[in-house]
Amino acid sequence: MTEAIDAEGLIKRFGQVAALDGLDLKVRTGEVHGFLGPNGAGKTTTIRILLGLMRHDGGRASLLGGDPWAQATELHKRLAYVPGDVTLWPSLTGGEVIDLLGRLRGGLDPARKKELLDRFELDPRKKGRTYSKGNRQKVALVAALASDVELLILDEPTSGLDPLMEEVFREVILQEKRRGDRTVLLSSHILAEVEALCDRLTIIREGRTVETGSLADLRHLTRTSIQAELSGPPDGLATMPGIHDFRTDNGKVRFDVDTDALEPALQTLVKVGVRSLVSQPPSLEELFLRQYQRSDEK
Amino acid sequence: MTGTAKLIRLILRRDRIVLPLWILLFGLLGVGTYASFEGLFPTDAERIQFASVSTDNAGLVALYGLLQGDSLAVLTSWRVGFVPMVIGLAALLTVIRHTRADEEAGRTELLGATVVGRHAQLAAALIVTATASVLIGLLTFVSMAGKTGNTGGSLAFGAELTVSGLMFAAVAAITAQLTSSARSARSIAVVVLGVAYALRVGGDISAIGDGGLTWLSWVSPLGWVTHIFPYGPVNWWPVVMSVLAAAIATNVAVELRKVRDLGDGLVASRLGPANAPAGLGHPLGLAWRLHRGLLLGWTAGFALLGLIFGGVGGSVLDIAESNQGLTDIFDRLAGGNGAGQLLDSYFAGIAGTVGLIAACYGVQATLRLRDEETAGHAEAVLTTSVSRFAWAASHLLFALLGPALALFAEGLVSGLVATDGNFGRILGGTMLQLPAVWVLAGLTVLLFGLLPRLSLVAWAAPVICVLVLLVGQTLQASQWLLDISPFTHVPHLTGGTVSATPVITLLVVAAALAAAGLFGLRRRNLPD
Repeated sequence: MTEAIDAEGLIKRFGQVAALDGLDLKVRTGEVHGFLGPNGAGKTTTIRILLGLMRHDGGRASLLGGDPWAQATELHKRLAYVPGDVTLWPSLTGGEVIDLLGRLRGGLDPARKKELLDRFELDPRKKGRTYSKGNRQKVALVAALASDVELLILDEPTSGLDPLMEEVFREVILQEKRRGDRTVLLSSHILAEVEALCDRLTIIREGRTVETGSLADLRHLTRTSIQAELSGPPDGLATMPGIHDFRTDNGKVRFDVDTDALEPALQTLVKVGVRSLVSQPPSLEELFLRQYQRSDEK
Repeated sequence: MTGTAKLIRLILRRDRIVLPLWILLFGLLGVGTYASFEGLFPTDAERIQFASVSTDNAGLVALYGLLQGDSLAVLTSWRVGFVPMVIGLAALLTVIRHTRADEEAGRTELLGATVVGRHAQLAAALIVTATASVLIGLLTFVSMAGKTGNTGGSLAFGAELTVSGLMFAAVAAITAQLTSSARSARSIAVVVLGVAYALRVGGDISAIGDGGLTWLSWVSPLGWVTHIFPYGPVNWWPVVMSVLAAAIATNVAVELRKVRDLGDGLVASRLGPANAPAGLGHPLGLAWRLHRGLLLGWTAGFALLGLIFGGVGGSVLDIAESNQGLTDIFDRLAGGNGAGQLLDSYFAGIAGTVGLIAACYGVQATLRLRDEETAGHAEAVLTTSVSRFAWAASHLLFALLGPALALFAEGLVSGLVATDGNFGRILGGTMLQLPAVWVLAGLTVLLFGLLPRLSLVAWAAPVICVLVLLVGQTLQASQWLLDISPFTHVPHLTGGTVSATPVITLLVVAAALAAAGLFGLRRRNLPD
């Protein structure tokens, strides 16, 4: 078994609206997989199909080697899920909810629970109605992480956490990753988090997969921005293929360059003579913005 | 207070249906009761007989208060004596809905950041509720003065209803400051109302007995308003006391609001256990935690109903011997087969009424499933190893057996209290309502499973059954109309002949409805 999640050409319609329109998602066993997309792209719908809460109208989905709809209850013993919007029963305490969900999944490690409560600085004695959004999320996270399961499905798990707790979350996930036997599907909006945690990622837009691969693969698709002070005129640089947004001012040049065109561009610069050079690596941010914005242009 | 006018408009917009409805309903209840009494007692002798029996009847005094006189108007205002409590309930729910509930949900914070004064929200909620209470009183005054020609008495009658609303709006204004949860604020206010009712009952019952505890009525706001005695020996002091009490309570609420922060309560939330007890590890354990409050409340309420209905039963014979109209009513309530067995007809009628109330509990408990779904709690449970069926079954257990327990409590207490009735037949007749209750619960499961977004339509079922019962009482309605209600088919153990066929049919219908609903639940999106 090499793929924990394997979905191909998923289609889900709500009345006239197609929420998913041929979505592909492959998550390898043991990896942390980032799942990204603008709001309304279909991330939560995909997760709900994988959890057997919704049925898909077309395509194929397999979860931990089984059918997510027909074998839902058996598969659920092997996974834990943290929804994007955690709601707790108002009259149950956080500790009670953690124990309850853990037991419903088939058991939870009390020592691990205590350790996680300490690390997330969560008071388990408070009633569900008195927790803030961030603390509700911590309750769900502790319940999921303290369960001994193969697969964690986390839907924007840090959206209510403060930066300190985000850091704790990263540490915990990295710890899980080192164990090597847990697979994590992490839907997120926080790019630094994805960069720090994920082996591979999938970007979706309007119910379709637009990019998928390792971070290195995806960086390849982005541009590096260059600022240089030259000793001579930058002849021919502006018209080279792969160079974008070329500007020149008093012997200084600024431009963006595609990863493929980086080497010829640098050679040209060296020929002219370089006094100083600043290069900014491709940021994920830029990649996402470009992918996300395409939907607006249409 | 800045922005109060805007907030008032917001409340009126949000309550544009409920508010006019309860103003009209409570405002016209007096005149409606008057009209029905006119028909019920065609001769003075019958009316006076009814009054003289009611005056000393503990059950009726508990329900409506003391009766001081025997005129049609006095009987009317006495019979409406239960309404101040209902108006109090409506008032306190309205105030908390627009104060603490909004604050807990975070809507107040949203509004507080705009140009709205700190006291504007409380002021707006109180102004709207107080205005509604005044309108109820005004409507009562105008309609009753027109009907009876007694201006002073009608004014006192209207005032009785108005001040009930004012006082409990103010009580809710205080409880809304105490806790950070709307649910607790509501519970505390309802407990205050319940204690006020219990004190009044204690005082009034003592008044028809040895009179040693009459003072109890005077420490209860509900005691004050029922001692106004419009159309009888009118006493205006309770009106003055009530208005003063409401004003003082409102001031207390304002002072309390000043010393607390937004979102906080004066009483800190208590901490609970850090670990779940052993029983909370399966769907049934969770369902017990979610349903136990409802179960306890309904069962206690039904036991109280049993006490009242059973207690009244004893004097039904005395009242009705002299009144053919009343006998006919019980006869029709019992489905027309009372054959003159008055007490039997009475208990058959009560069993039907109690069954309908139990059906409301059944519908409410079944709809917990939908609440769990929309709140997102179902998602958390269903992504563990719990199947949809096990999840639904854990709630349905309470939706089906809860009403059974409540009916049992009513039948048991009522049977024990009724001195002239047959214990076994009263209890059995009450329990026989259960299949009809389950049909309505089954219908709710059907909607939840197949048309989840229309789940709340399930409430139409008990409403339709009540209408069928009322129509069946007053008109000679055609049989097919009566047959719509499952309660029409319940055999009457007291005073009727029992046949198993309708009971089995109802059970089969209930099971089929629930099964179809569960089948739909297994196939649909969740949440939908």
